[in-house]
Amino acid sequence: MNAAFPLSDSGTSAASSKAKDKVKETAHTPAMTTPAANTLRMKITKLNFYYGKNHALHNVSMDVATNKVTAMIGPSGCGKSTLLRTLNRMHETLRHTRLEGEIALDGVSILSLDVTKLRRMVGMVFQKPNPFPKSIYENVAYGLRINGHKGRLDEAVEKSLRRAALWDEVKDKIHKSAYALSGGQQQRLCIARALAVDPEVLLLDEPCSALDPVNTAKIEELLFELKPSCTMVIVTHNMQQAARVSDSTAFMLNGDLIEFSPTGTMFTTPADPRTEAYITGRFG
Amino acid sequence: MNLRLMWRKSLNVFMLSLTGLCALITVSALFFILGYLMWNGGKDLSWNFFTKLPVPLGETGGGMANAIVGSLKLLLLAAVVGVPIGLLGGVYLAEFGRGTIPFLVRYTADLLNGAPSIVIGIFAYAMIVERMHHFSTLAGGIALGVMVIPTVLRNTESFLRDVPRSLREGSFALGANKWRMIATVVLPAASRGILTGVLLALARVAGETAPLLFTAFGNRYWSPGFNQPTSSLPVVIYTYATGPYEDWHRQAWAAGLVLLGLVLLTNITVRAFLSRGSAYERT
Repeated sequence: MNAAFPLSDSGTSAASSKAKDKVKETAHTPAMTTPAANTLRMKITKLNFYYGKNHALHNVSMDVATNKVTAMIGPSGCGKSTLLRTLNRMHETLRHTRLEGEIALDGVSILSLDVTKLRRMVGMVFQKPNPFPKSIYENVAYGLRINGHKGRLDEAVEKSLRRAALWDEVKDKIHKSAYALSGGQQQRLCIARALAVDPEVLLLDEPCSALDPVNTAKIEELLFELKPSCTMVIVTHNMQQAARVSDSTAFMLNGDLIEFSPTGTMFTTPADPRTEAYITGRFG
Repeated sequence: MNLRLMWRKSLNVFMLSLTGLCALITVSALFFILGYLMWNGGKDLSWNFFTKLPVPLGETGGGMANAIVGSLKLLLLAAVVGVPIGLLGGVYLAEFGRGTIPFLVRYTADLLNGAPSIVIGIFAYAMIVERMHHFSTLAGGIALGVMVIPTVLRNTESFLRDVPRSLREGSFALGANKWRMIATVVLPAASRGILTGVLLALARVAGETAPLLFTAFGNRYWSPGFNQPTSSLPVVIYTYATGPYEDWHRQAWAAGLVLLGLVLLTNITVRAFLSRGSAYERT
């Protein structure tokens, strides 16, 4: 297990320098000049979550900064995906779940919002690419159609595919089945589909776990490109990925949020010994 | 040791032959029936058979155009009655079906599926024929429709359940509500399987005789509309095959061949259609 140490270490140093670059870059974007209240997109306060009698999240509080990437790491079953899925109330599609506490989006409790409206504002990309059995075009247009989009869809579809860095690869076969695409392309199609309704927050649940390194790199590059215009929360098993793409990182263990700090700090000087043990590969 | 090995090998060969033989018998049953029908009925199949009405007793020739059209009308009615109910009921069971009531619905549907078709015929006779005071296409079609319902219902349910959860979540995550998700993702993804089930259910009732005997009854002439007794292939086969005339027997063989041909054709088409792969990627 110690063999993982130099790996994650090199990932960390690269990431921290990258993270600093990102801070410099974003300093010039308008997002940073807006009032302080606006730099916080989501606020989770004392969140407790239950699957039946199983207490899956214990008193979790954390903030999601606007137009940043927030990563959640931790061993399997630690509750990071559960936490992610509460952010757009996807947990409500499961039975026997219960949520206590407060989650606010732009200062408004998400529990008070209409769930379909919330999910339009907080989009989601899943672990496995899950394109609909429709054409590429119809996949991207889906969100627009069900939300009663009026007017021409073609431009919106093209724009979303461009944002997801997929347009050049699919523009000649846009009316072909989405299943004709490779796994990596399908995942970018799912990102395009989520972006089409112009969400404020994009949740990514281990979006690269089913992909090879080349496609993983493409998705990570895409996340960098999206950052100025979209707040993202990413769950990942891959600590190097968290170090590479995120601005701040949350480490979770057995339903507890152990540590939440800027990614550079987390991977160089973790405050909690359990965080250090996990990121140096001593368990998990 | 060597003896033991030989014993094992010969047992292996014996069992393999036995199971193979049983499989062969199963397959040959269909081919035997088909061949027998072709042998007996094939030579009496002619253009007249499909276009002419039956001729009066004692004359030879004529056809079964009215029975073919009658069967198609009965199937149309069966589809109109049975498919919407089975389809929507299947959606209910697959998407909302938890708890006692869905359990009872499922159980009842399975019982109805196993109910003897003659009982369903009596039911349609009591409910429709007795009240209308005459036999009709309507009564026959409804009887067949009742038989279609449970098959379509259970088939629709199972194909809808097979649609992966990831597709439903994808739709929910874009802001779809439940009926929207069902209508735009789940039903289209399962449509091929559902259609297959509908066609197979119709092909199955196409050969039903018992429920038609005292509902659609029979007719030697055309039956306009849906309000009069009508001829149908299975009932004609039954009447002609048990009748005393040689010419009738030959025509019954021909009708049997046509009926089996129609059902086989439907089956083969449906299976070819299905084998082109699933609408969604299986995980």
